[in-house]
Amino acid sequence: MKTKVKYFFIHLFIVMAVIITTYPLLRIFSVSIRPGDRIISTDLSLIPDGATFISYIKLFKETFFIKWIFNSLLITFATSFIGVTLASTAAYAFSRYNFTGKKWGLSALLLTQMIPAGMLILPLYLMIMKLNLINTYLGMVIAYSVSSLPFSIWILKGYYDTIPKSLEEAAMVDGANEITAFYKVILPLSTPALSIAFLFNFTMAWNEYLVARVVLYHPQNYTWTLGLFELQGQFITQWGMFAAGSILITIPVLLIFLYSSKWLISGLTLGSVKG
Amino acid sequence: MAEVKFINVTKSYGENVILKNINLEIKDGEFAVIVGPSGCGKTTLLRMLAGLEEITGGEIYINSTKVNDLPPSKREIAMVFQDYALYPHMTVKENMSFALKLKKLDKNEIEKRVTEAANILQLNHLLNRMPKQLSGGQRQRVAIGRAIVRHPKVFLFDEPLSNLDAKLREEMRIELLKLYQKLSTTMIYVTHDQIEAMTLASKIIIMNKGVIQQIGTPIEVYSKPQNIFVASFIGTPTMNFIKGKIIAEGDKIYLEFEKNKFFIPAFSFTDYQNYINKEVIIGIRPDDIILDESKMDKENANKAKVDVVELLGARENIYLKISETKNICATTNSLKIPPQTEIKFSFNYLNLHIFDPETEKRIN
Ligand SMILES: Nc1ncnc2c1ncn2[C@@H]1O[C@H](COP(=O)(O)OP(=O)(O)O)[C@@H](O)[C@H]1O
Ligand SMILES: [Mg+2]
Repeated sequence: MKTKVKYFFIHLFIVMAVIITTYPLLRIFSVSIRPGDRIISTDLSLIPDGATFISYIKLFKETFFIKWIFNSLLITFATSFIGVTLASTAAYAFSRYNFTGKKWGLSALLLTQMIPAGMLILPLYLMIMKLNLINTYLGMVIAYSVSSLPFSIWILKGYYDTIPKSLEEAAMVDGANEITAFYKVILPLSTPALSIAFLFNFTMAWNEYLVARVVLYHPQNYTWTLGLFELQGQFITQWGMFAAGSILITIPVLLIFLYSSKWLISGLTLGSVKG
Repeated sequence: MAEVKFINVTKSYGENVILKNINLEIKDGEFAVIVGPSGCGKTTLLRMLAGLEEITGGEIYINSTKVNDLPPSKREIAMVFQDYALYPHMTVKENMSFALKLKKLDKNEIEKRVTEAANILQLNHLLNRMPKQLSGGQRQRVAIGRAIVRHPKVFLFDEPLSNLDAKLREEMRIELLKLYQKLSTTMIYVTHDQIEAMTLASKIIIMNKGVIQQIGTPIEVYSKPQNIFVASFIGTPTMNFIKGKIIAEGDKIYLEFEKNKFFIPAFSFTDYQNYINKEVIIGIRPDDIILDESKMDKENANKAKVDVVELLGARENIYLKISETKNICATTNSLKIPPQTEIKFSFNYLNLHIFDPETEKRIN
């Protein structure tokens, strides 16, 4: 009896959470399939009268939407791979080696996370301009991977710290050098933390707007965030296309999350040591 | 095939000196056991030989190669870690072939070696399991298997049995001995358990506080301990120590302890002249206290009251009260003597150990 009540409340809570998170998405979806003359209506039905995919078609035909998605994907994947690669090696050094400035370095990394992103726009812009990388993919990738590095390093360092040192030592006695021990033993064991870092980088880069706004000029080079906001504007906001775009851009993130969930399963180190 | 030499090896962490002037030679094919209480530096010594810990001073040789600056991977040693350190993301087979793959041996050779080791250790049916699907004893065997397949010059073991329960520990001890007889490779084995040390070693190295106390065969360290530490560390029940004064009465010498006078024949203390009227500590193992009247030195026997009797099945430990505050332990076959009985005893003079109370060194 008691457990039934408990399960009822657990389920109630879960259902409410699902409704709260999916409701905006459903509303956007319903807006995206409204016919052009009823965009501003207050009708709340999920499938409006005369539902149509015209907004989607217009989005592909009248804008650079496909190019924007391509730009975003390119920048996002490059950022994620570079970010995770740099963080995984830097975090390893922080976790395993003693060097002067180690503590200071870690605190400094944390400190950078306390600065509001907006404050960094100007210095980032200046740096990228000095590098002559304004309006380029590379400029974006550098700006993004650098700004998510501290978080990734902390996540990974914390995870490495839980891996017994004797595993690398065993590998080294077995004939591995430090680099081999790292990528044959430590990296495979760190997949949960690596995927978290990857997802963090991915969502950050995928959704970023402010830096993109100052670095990218040409509409052809826009990421989808800039592109969609472009629709908002000049004379009239194209809500239909805006909504259609918003729905489409969730797909890659959704796929990435679904795919990576299997890597997030923790507890791989279980059973390596002790009985 | 290898011999190992430590020459004046020291280790310190900052101010803390962990190992002092370690000089040690382990011959090819020896089963050397380093034994000592927890924290005495055994693991550190082993890790320095493996290349996992820097050497503060001195030199370590494997055969004629000085290995001080050689990375672990170049030393051709295999190590079984106290916590096993199996690679959790690899199957038993992958764990065992890891080193061989790094060496780029060909597939058939790897297969052959893994099968061979699996046969020796009875791991055949476990080859495709992950470490977390194994019991403690099985993990232990995999860790040993991972060492065997490499055909190393030297095997290092760091308390490999300490995580197992008592029964399994006994079984594995016998397994290890068999393994040693089969491979006859140099083995260096670290433990805090003196029984393990006595049963496994062909050479025992006893350490305390970072200093080697004695090196010898198990029989040597048992029958001629060089100092009080070794005497008390080796053997169960622990050796009895009695601190008293050497006195001479007529042509006989005795150890005077409170109201007792224990006879000491000159042959077991040839140097007694230098110690007359001086304090010494005598050590006598429980096994060397004779309670059987037919074997006893009746003329010089002492008396004591039985205080406590510990039954161990066929054997028993009898605690004899020789003064208000002092008990000594004797072991016998079950005599079923009730407590408070007054009995006679004498020492087995052949196995009398006499130490200087200042230096704690053996003087007979
Ligand atoms: N990294 C280290 N830094 C400082 N002291 C250490 C370190 N490793 C071990 N020690 C000290 O060295 C001593 C010997 O340790 P260890 O070799 O592990 O002893 P054992 O294996 O005999 O139990 C201990 O007192 C321990 O505290
Ligand atoms: Mg130890």
